[in-house]
Amino acid sequence: MSAIEVQSLKKHYGHLMAVDDISFSVMSGEIFSLLGPNGAGKTTTVEILEGLRQRDSGEVQVLGMDPWKQGYNLHLKIGVIPQGFRFFDKSTPREALKYYADLFNVKVDPDQILREVILEDSKDVIFENLSGGQKQKVGLALALVNTPELLFLDEPTTGLDPQARRTMWHVIQELKKQGRTILLTTHYLEEAQLLADKVAIMNKGKIIAAGSPSELIEKYGSGKRQVMVSDTLEDVFVKLVGAPIEDEGNVVKPAVS
Amino acid sequence: MVSFKRIFADLSVFRREYLRNRTGFFFALVFPVILILIFGAIFSGGSNGPIAVYAQNHDSGPIGAQFIHAMNSTNVTRIFLLPNNQSLTQYLQSNSGDVGLYIPQNFSSSLRPGNHVNITIYSNPSDTSGQIVLGVANGVVNFLNLRLANSSAIVGLQSQNVVSKSYSYIDFLIPGLIGFSILTSPMFSMVNISSEYKKSKFFKQLSLTPLTKGEWLVSKVIWYVLLSIISFVLMTLFGTFAFHAHVGINAAVIPFLVVGPLFFVSLGMLVGTVTKSVESAGVIGNIITFPMMFLSGTFFPISLMPTYLQAFAHVLPLFYLIEGLNNVMVYSNYSQAVTDVLVLVVISAVVFVLAVRFFKWRED
Repeated sequence: MSAIEVQSLKKHYGHLMAVDDISFSVMSGEIFSLLGPNGAGKTTTVEILEGLRQRDSGEVQVLGMDPWKQGYNLHLKIGVIPQGFRFFDKSTPREALKYYADLFNVKVDPDQILREVILEDSKDVIFENLSGGQKQKVGLALALVNTPELLFLDEPTTGLDPQARRTMWHVIQELKKQGRTILLTTHYLEEAQLLADKVAIMNKGKIIAAGSPSELIEKYGSGKRQVMVSDTLEDVFVKLVGAPIEDEGNVVKPAVS
Repeated sequence: MVSFKRIFADLSVFRREYLRNRTGFFFALVFPVILILIFGAIFSGGSNGPIAVYAQNHDSGPIGAQFIHAMNSTNVTRIFLLPNNQSLTQYLQSNSGDVGLYIPQNFSSSLRPGNHVNITIYSNPSDTSGQIVLGVANGVVNFLNLRLANSSAIVGLQSQNVVSKSYSYIDFLIPGLIGFSILTSPMFSMVNISSEYKKSKFFKQLSLTPLTKGEWLVSKVIWYVLLSIISFVLMTLFGTFAFHAHVGINAAVIPFLVVGPLFFVSLGMLVGTVTKSVESAGVIGNIITFPMMFLSGTFFPISLMPTYLQAFAHVLPLFYLIEGLNNVMVYSNYSQAVTDVLVLVVISAVVFVLAVRFFKWRED
């Protein structure tokens, strides 16, 4: 069953075709990644799918709904971390969760959700004092309040240090294990390769390639195979700086993948 | 459908944000008290002290001294005697003295029927205190003339205030300052919030929850109504106990404390919504706020202003708020207060609807 269906979607701003006739579908339970450089049209596409922007033309179905016309009902079923997520400066993660739970009229266990996103140690720290990675995790925690079947994560790791990024990856993998569908935009190639079941590469408003990461490498790769698999600089950095998945000193077991 | 649960959830997070922020706390609770203390101190305690009059008495007889004593005992003027060997006019000029009094030589001995002698008052025509001193001196001169003619006054003057109680400046100042704080705190913060949230896409984020923009705005209105009630209570208490203001507190102020914040929250929202950037929102906000702040009878009655400015004041919404509060708290003129509240209700409704309409959660 497909969670998202997009047919010939177009959106322009002035003379700029931000999204130029793209089509794709996202199956339930998979992580689908929109990959592309800044300005490729990823965020516009995602905002159209979330019902935050009106499309010029094309067919869009998200969980069987038209996101612009049925946005209010759609929002009850999806979770979103917008790009550059922010919250009230003086509120703690726990208070933020209480607020969202009241808005969605649901009962949640804030501690449970904060554990899930590895933020329980900072539950009483006000938002402005959280690190960039912790702030993003507050966004993720809020996105989970209404137990959404579909999550939109718009560049959730942009601007994070490698450690915080790997923690975020771990959390995203855990969410996938729970059977949630995730649409992830990123401009980090390794992030898409590690997490995504399917990848669509966007450039200048168009999808220029799509498939699973291994299919893409098969089809567009050079065919050369490295004999020695060496560590990347990032691996070295993480090894030197400390354990990859943690929340300010609280070490958690790394994901086994 | 409007949900009170969502409104109160939003109200509670906003209240916390406001009170944990020192600026917010300051403007909510400390600023109104400071305002009333400063303006109360400036305008209440002994602002109408006696007018200083610099005098030279060249008279060698007793009447010149009696004249000066009579001037002093009116409590309107206070005479400062100068030595006779210097020039009075020069002294006034070099010491910025506004009023001078000159009693000539042989004043006492010249006082007999058929004779004429002058006392001279020096004053600065641009200063109203000269006219007052002239009036006082005239009264003393008349009394002296009657006594010399062995006669007594036939026509007397009795002065009475038109209104039954007498009001002091602080009585008018309290409603003015309450109006001032009802204007400033929602207006400045709503202009800022609405443009800032738009820029940081925080509204978009909120639009992904079931909270509606109407509910969001209502929660802000409720918060600023609460703040206006708090500042009303604080200012009235401080004004009454610190400066002995005579202002009435009764249920009739409530409509003003509700409609006032409703109007300024909506107006601030509208300004922040229709402007393109945080900076331009701030500028437009100030252009709207500042004239209203000073020309609506906040710090002084508008009757002191020229006619064209008075006419202008009548198009300023804050004028009706302050006039209404004055009618309720000072004059007990409730029929006029009803008119004021109706004007406010109509413009608030219009601005609230416009604010909700132009305010966008999401983009096209």
